[in-house]
Amino acid sequence: MFNHLLSLLIWLPVAGAIPVLLAGAPRPNLARWLSLLVAVLTFVVSLFLLVQYHPDAGGMQLTESYLWIASWGVHYSLAADGISVALILMTTFVGILVIAGAWEVIQDKPHQYMAAMLMLEGLLIGVFCATDALLFYALFEAILIPMFILIGIWGGPRRVYATLKFFIYTFFGSVFMLIALLYLYQKAHTFDLATLAALPLTMKEQTWVFFAFLIAFAIKVPMVPVHTWLPDAHVEAPTGGSVVLAAVMLKVGTYGMLRFILPIVPDAGAHFAWLIILLSLIAIVYIGYVALVQEDMKKLVAYSSVAHMGFVTLGIFIAFALVREQGSTDMALLGMQGAMIQMISHGFVSGAMFTCIGVLYDRLHTRQIKDYGGVINVMPWFGFFYVLFAMANCGLPGTSGFVGEFMVILASFAANPWIALFAAFTLIIGAAYTLWLVKRVLWGDITNSHVAEMKEINGRETFVLVSFAAAVLALGIWPQPLVHLMDSSVSQLVQQLAIHKI
Amino acid sequence: MPTLNDILIMLPEFYLVAAACLLLLLDAFMKPEQRPVLHWLSIAVLLVGAYLLVMGQPPQSVTAFGGMFVRDETSEILKVFALLTTVLVMVYARPYLIDRKLLIGEFYTLMIFAVIGIMLLVSAGNLVIVYLGLELLSLSSYALVALNRDAKLPSEAAIKYFVLGALASGMLLYGMSMVYGASGMGGTPSLDLAQLHNVMSYTTAPTLLLFGLIFMIVGIGFKLGAAPFHMWIPDVYQGAPTPVTTFIASGSKLAAFGMAYRLLDAGMGDLSHHWQLMLAVLAVLSLAIGNLVAIVQTNLKRMLAYSTISHMGYLLLGLSAAGPEGYAAAMFYAICYALMGVAAFGVMLALSRAGFECEEIADFKGLNQRSPWMAFLMLLAMFSLAGVPPLFGFWAKVLVLEAAIHADMLWLAIVGIVFAIVGLYYYLYVIKVMYFDKPAEGSTLQVQSDKPLRVVLSLNALSLLVLGLYWGPLLGWCRRAFGL
Repeated sequence: MFNHLLSLLIWLPVAGAIPVLLAGAPRPNLARWLSLLVAVLTFVVSLFLLVQYHPDAGGMQLTESYLWIASWGVHYSLAADGISVALILMTTFVGILVIAGAWEVIQDKPHQYMAAMLMLEGLLIGVFCATDALLFYALFEAILIPMFILIGIWGGPRRVYATLKFFIYTFFGSVFMLIALLYLYQKAHTFDLATLAALPLTMKEQTWVFFAFLIAFAIKVPMVPVHTWLPDAHVEAPTGGSVVLAAVMLKVGTYGMLRFILPIVPDAGAHFAWLIILLSLIAIVYIGYVALVQEDMKKLVAYSSVAHMGFVTLGIFIAFALVREQGSTDMALLGMQGAMIQMISHGFVSGAMFTCIGVLYDRLHTRQIKDYGGVINVMPWFGFFYVLFAMANCGLPGTSGFVGEFMVILASFAANPWIALFAAFTLIIGAAYTLWLVKRVLWGDITNSHVAEMKEINGRETFVLVSFAAAVLALGIWPQPLVHLMDSSVSQLVQQLAIHKI
Repeated sequence: MPTLNDILIMLPEFYLVAAACLLLLLDAFMKPEQRPVLHWLSIAVLLVGAYLLVMGQPPQSVTAFGGMFVRDETSEILKVFALLTTVLVMVYARPYLIDRKLLIGEFYTLMIFAVIGIMLLVSAGNLVIVYLGLELLSLSSYALVALNRDAKLPSEAAIKYFVLGALASGMLLYGMSMVYGASGMGGTPSLDLAQLHNVMSYTTAPTLLLFGLIFMIVGIGFKLGAAPFHMWIPDVYQGAPTPVTTFIASGSKLAAFGMAYRLLDAGMGDLSHHWQLMLAVLAVLSLAIGNLVAIVQTNLKRMLAYSTISHMGYLLLGLSAAGPEGYAAAMFYAICYALMGVAAFGVMLALSRAGFECEEIADFKGLNQRSPWMAFLMLLAMFSLAGVPPLFGFWAKVLVLEAAIHADMLWLAIVGIVFAIVGLYYYLYVIKVMYFDKPAEGSTLQVQSDKPLRVVLSLNALSLLVLGLYWGPLLGWCRRAFGL
C-alpha cells in the first residue's frame, strides 16, 4: 500500500464515486453514508503521507512511475514533496467537510452530487502530485468536468451562465499551456517535469512559454484582470462547490506556477516578475476595494479570495526579484514560505467563510447582506464561528490568516518598501470589508422578521465549523509543523530560482 | 492472370462480395416475417469479415493483381475499424428501422457494399481502384440516404448528395487524368500509385501536374467534407435516416482518410510541399466554418454535421504535416472520430421511437432526470468530441496538434486550439440541456428497450473513457502502420 500511496489517494475517491452513483436516487441516505465513508477513508489514507514523507530529506518522494504511452514516452508518474503533501492533506480534509456540509442540504439527486464531489477530490489530489506534464495537464483539465456539473445542476438562478463561463474561461487559458507543452516536447522528447526543468531554452522561447503558462495559471488563481469568472462561479455554485473552488481549486493555479513557471522558464519568470508583482498588488488593493462595495455575501468573499490569492502570487514572484536582483536567499525563502502558508491558510479560511454563508443561505435563501442583521441574537454559536473566521480572513494574529501575509509583507519590504506598503494595505481594507460584513450580518437589531425565526446551527453544521476552526487556529498559533513540512521543498524551489537557463 | 495468392490476399473482400450477393438473394426469397433474421446474418457476415482480416494478416505489406491492391497495416487497421463501426451502426439501427418499417434487405446489402467500397478504397494501389472504391461507397451511400423513399427530406438530401457527389467524382477523375497525362511525359504513363513518382515528370509538366493535384484535392476535400467542399454535409446529415447518417459520419470518414493517404502520400508524395499548404488552408477553413456555424444550430444532427466539418479540420492538421507522424496522428483521429460519432448518433437512435425523431437539441431537455445512464453516455460522447481530458477525443487532438508542431506549423496548431475553445461551447450546450434543464412539459422521452442496443451503446461510449485512459496500444498500432 505504501508503494502506491499517491495512486491510492487519487483512485480511492474516483472509484468510490461509482458505488455512490449506483446507490442511486432511490437510496439517498446510502449514497450519503457511502460517500462520507469514502471521504473519511481518503483522509485517513492521506494521513499516512505524514508518516511516509520525510520532511528533512526534501525533494520528491513517494515516487511512482509507470510507462503509460510507450511511443510518446509519457509516464504515469506521481511524486510528492512537502508542498504537495500539505495541499493533498488540505484537500482530503476539506473533502470530508463538503460532504458533511451537503448532507441534507442537497435534496435533488444527492448521489450525483456526492459522486461528482468525490471525483473532483480525486482529480485534485492527482493534480497536486503528477510529475509528468501531460498527466498534469489531463488532470488539470479533467477537474473542470465535475465542477461544471456541480455548478450547473445544483447552482443558483444564473448557474448556466456561470458554469459555462467558468468552463470556457478556464479551458481558454489552459489550451495555450498545452501548445507550450507540445513545443517543449519537441525539444526534450519527454514530458517529465524534472527533465523539462533542465532543458535549456533561449530567452525568446522562455518568454513565449512563460506567457502560455501564465495565462493558464493566472486564470485559475485567478489574477487580475482574468478573475471575472470567479465571482460568477462562486455566487452561483452550491455551498460545497464554492468551498472546493475557493479552498482547493484556486491553489491549482499557484501550484502550477511553482511546478511549471519556476523550474522551466526561470529567466522569463525573473524578467517578468515585475508584471506579476504589479498584478498581485492590484489584486490586493483594488479588488479589496471592490469587495468593500459588494451587496452579496458570496461575492464579497469571492473578491476577498482574489485579494488573498494576490498574496500567494506576490510571495512567489517577490522571491524571484529578491534572488535575482539582490541575491538574498533568506528573504526569498521567507516570501516563498509565506506564500505557501497563505495558500493553505486561505484554503481553510475561505472554505469556512463559504460554509458560514451556506449555513445562512440554507435558512433564509438569500445572500443579500441587507436581508440579514442581528443574526447573533438567534444564532449565538454560529456568530461565534463567523466572527472567528472573519478575524482570520482579515489576518488577525493568532489565526492562520496572519502568518502567511505577515511573511510575504516582510519579504516584500526587503525587495522594495513601496511594494510592502501597498501589500500592507490589505490589513486595512481586509479588515474593513470583513468587519463591515460582520457588522451588517451579525450585529444590530433584527429588522427582518424571517431572521427571528432562524434556527441555531445543528450538530452536523457545528462539526463542520469546529473542524474548520480547529484548522484555522492550529495554523495560526503553531504554524511550525506546517513550516517544517514544507521547509526543505521550499528552499529547493528558491535555490532553483537562482539557476540561469540561458 | 490472377494467381491464387492474389485471391488469398483479397480474400476478405471477395468473401464480403459473395456474402452480400447471397444476402440479396436470401432477401428476395424470404418470407417478410423472416426478414429480421437478415439483421443478425449481416452482423455475422461483417464480424466474420473482420475475423478473416485479422487472422489472414500478412506479416508485411503485400500487393495483389500487379500492384492494384495493397494490403498493408494501414489498410488493415482502417478496414477493421470500418467493419467494427458498421456493426455498431447496424446494432443501433435495428429498433429505429423496425419502428419505421425500414428493416429491409436493401439496407443491409447496401451497407455491406458500402463497406466493400471502403475496403477497396483504403487498399487502393492504383488510381482506377481509388475511383472504383469511391464510387462503390458513394453510390451505396446515395441509395442509403434515400432509403425512406416516400419522405421528402431524405429524397432531397439524396439528390443533393448525388449531384454534388457526382460533381466531386468528376473533379477527382479529371485530376487523375491530368496526373496520368503528366506521368506519360517522363516515360511510360502509369496509373499505379507506387509507380507514379518514378514516372512523374515535375520538370516537364509542372502546371499539368499541379492542376491534377488540385482537382484531386477537391475530390478528397469533398469526401472528407472539409470546407469549402462541405455544403452537402449539413443537409445530408439532417435529411438522411439517422442510422445512415451514423454510417456516413463513421465508416465513411475512415475511408476518406484512407483515400487521402493513398493519393497524397503514395501518389503525390513528391509534391508534398505543395499540397501541405493546400490542406492547411482547407483545415483552417473547416475549423472556422464548422465550429462557428455549429454554434447556432438547434437540430442536433445538423450541429453534429458542422462539428464533423470541424473535426475533419483537425484530421487535415495531421495530414498536412505530411510525414509518418502526421499520418499516424490523422489515422488515430479518424478512428477516434468514428467511435465518437457512432456513440453520439447511437444515443439519438436509442431515444427515437415510432413517430418521434429525437434530433432537436431541445428534445434532450432534462434527459438526466429521465434516463441518467443515457445522459451520461451522451456526456461522454460530447466531452470527447469537445476534446476534454481524460476522454479519447482529447488525445486525438493532442496528437494532431503535436504533428502540426512537429512539421513546423506552430501557427496551424494555434489556430486549431483556438477553434477548440469555440467548439467547446456547443458541446457544453448539449450537456447543459441534458443536465441543467427541466424536462419539457408533456415530453415523454423514452429509451428503446432493445437490449443489444443498450449494451453495445454503453460499451461504445465507455470505450471513449477507457481509450482515453489507455490509448497507448492503439497509438502504437497506428504508428507501426507508418513505420514508426
